[in-house]
Amino acid sequence: MTTPVPEAASSLTDRQTLNRQLAQMLKGGVIMDVTTPEQARIAEDAGACAVMALERIPADIRAAGGVSRMSDPAMIKGIQEAVTIPVMAKCRIGHFAEAQILQAIEIDYIDESEVLSPADDTYHIDKTQFAVPFVCGARNLGEALRRIQEGATMIRTKGEPGTGDVVQAVRHMRMMNAEIARVANMRADELFEEAKRLCVPYDLLKSVHESGRLPVVNFAAGGIATPADAALMMQLGAEGVFVGSGIFKSGNPAQRAAAIVKAVTNYTDAEMLASLSENLGEAMVGINADEIELIMEARGQ
Amino acid sequence: MLGHAAAPALADAPTPAAGSAPAAAPTVAVLALQGAFIEHEKKLAKLGCRTIELRQRADLQQHFDALVLPGGESTVQAKLLRELDMFDDLQARIAQGLPVLGTCAGLILLAEHVHSASDGRTLATSPSDTSADPNHSATPVNGFRTFPITVVRNGYGRQLGSFVAKAKLAAHTPPLPSSAAADSLTAPAKEIPLVFIRAPRITATSPEVQTLVALDSEPMAVRFKNQFGCTFHPELTDDDSIYRMFLNHLHMTCVREPKN
Repeated sequence: MTTPVPEAASSLTDRQTLNRQLAQMLKGGVIMDVTTPEQARIAEDAGACAVMALERIPADIRAAGGVSRMSDPAMIKGIQEAVTIPVMAKCRIGHFAEAQILQAIEIDYIDESEVLSPADDTYHIDKTQFAVPFVCGARNLGEALRRIQEGATMIRTKGEPGTGDVVQAVRHMRMMNAEIARVANMRADELFEEAKRLCVPYDLLKSVHESGRLPVVNFAAGGIATPADAALMMQLGAEGVFVGSGIFKSGNPAQRAAAIVKAVTNYTDAEMLASLSENLGEAMVGINADEIELIMEARGQ
Repeated sequence: MLGHAAAPALADAPTPAAGSAPAAAPTVAVLALQGAFIEHEKKLAKLGCRTIELRQRADLQQHFDALVLPGGESTVQAKLLRELDMFDDLQARIAQGLPVLGTCAGLILLAEHVHSASDGRTLATSPSDTSADPNHSATPVNGFRTFPITVVRNGYGRQLGSFVAKAKLAAHTPPLPSSAAADSLTAPAKEIPLVFIRAPRITATSPEVQTLVALDSEPMAVRFKNQFGCTFHPELTDDDSIYRMFLNHLHMTCVREPKN
């Protein structure tokens, strides 16, 4: 291959910048969980801007219980071959060996995800050591900036995966926005104490103070099951959405997926949202987070 | 030469040059279906343009002088262009000479021939494609096809193949506003930063296509009449050269003095 890759491109900062920029290209889009090449094609045809390859979607992970791990690389490769859009995959929190494997098969984005069983109850992966980009979940500004300091180049709300209940994603997005607004309105001399309080690096907090936003793209994830859910999250400030169980646990995945894609593009047009929401068939049944014992969002702070 | 014929002789003044329509800022429409459209809007606003977002058919009723097709996922954008009923209108306007700048996915939307690097769906139409769209081509992206080039999607590989580089703007490109037109012919070409993210690769161009930026003799930015396209992302760097070139073509007089 004649592609000229200048030396600078191999430096960490350039790579991290490129990885943040890939997330920028995903904005305004829908990233869909898929478990087979067929589902991946349905997702791509429906307008997914990327797919998340995993063996079981969160609702089934929750139902199955036990230890949930990285997916079989052969299965992920099958999905990589089936579609031309970016392919993401999940590794367990702190499981850098799984991440190394995913990097070796040239995954486009790794989700260090609370949906899988955490492999380390103290440390997250040092993502600065990888060339491949990482997205991580965050419930608030502190978590987000800690993940970014560790090298995450994209953030998403955690939601409560596999429930079909959007309430946690809403809570996380509102919390994040409120904290960002508060930091942006602080006096500069208050940032030192705030950094200490949030347990985050001062420099990252200062960048939030100056820009009024996270330094990376922020998506909504967890419990999004309808076009209305997607529009709600976009209006609350999400830059795009992940849809996990909501599509392939519903009655008509292709139609629902396409409707959610259009809802994300025209998230303020209530008339269009109304027509998109018509006759979508059965949404995933869902479970209320208060009815479940395993709260995944608390994994990894 | 096309470029010079189209380039207005801009004075060094930061105010709008004489000779064009009233000094209103030109309006550039940015396709805002998916992807990095806000980055383009910021760039264009900085250069004195008014921007509007195209998200649905009703948005096409507004007046606009030029169109920008942003980076993002070309499969998504091509699909939404059709399903939101904007495709035919925009295709006709481009064919009629509407100035258009396509970056990365936007260039894929313009390209006459599109191939995919991965073997999965190269030139193969899956059954679901044909059922979804009777006009579906043999490629996964069915764009405007107004730009006589061939591109290969993800032509440099997956995200691990994304890279940055620098290359010179071709010397025969339209003059930058600060240069006198005559000087620009001999002025040394300017080196600009290039950001490639899962970039498409231009593998063939028809003879009328002008190469604006090349890297290792591969075209990275190209022009065909009213259409400008690049495989990299000018919206992600501090350099404005590509925009200035595009705006010059428009006879746009809103371009302020370049910083340098």
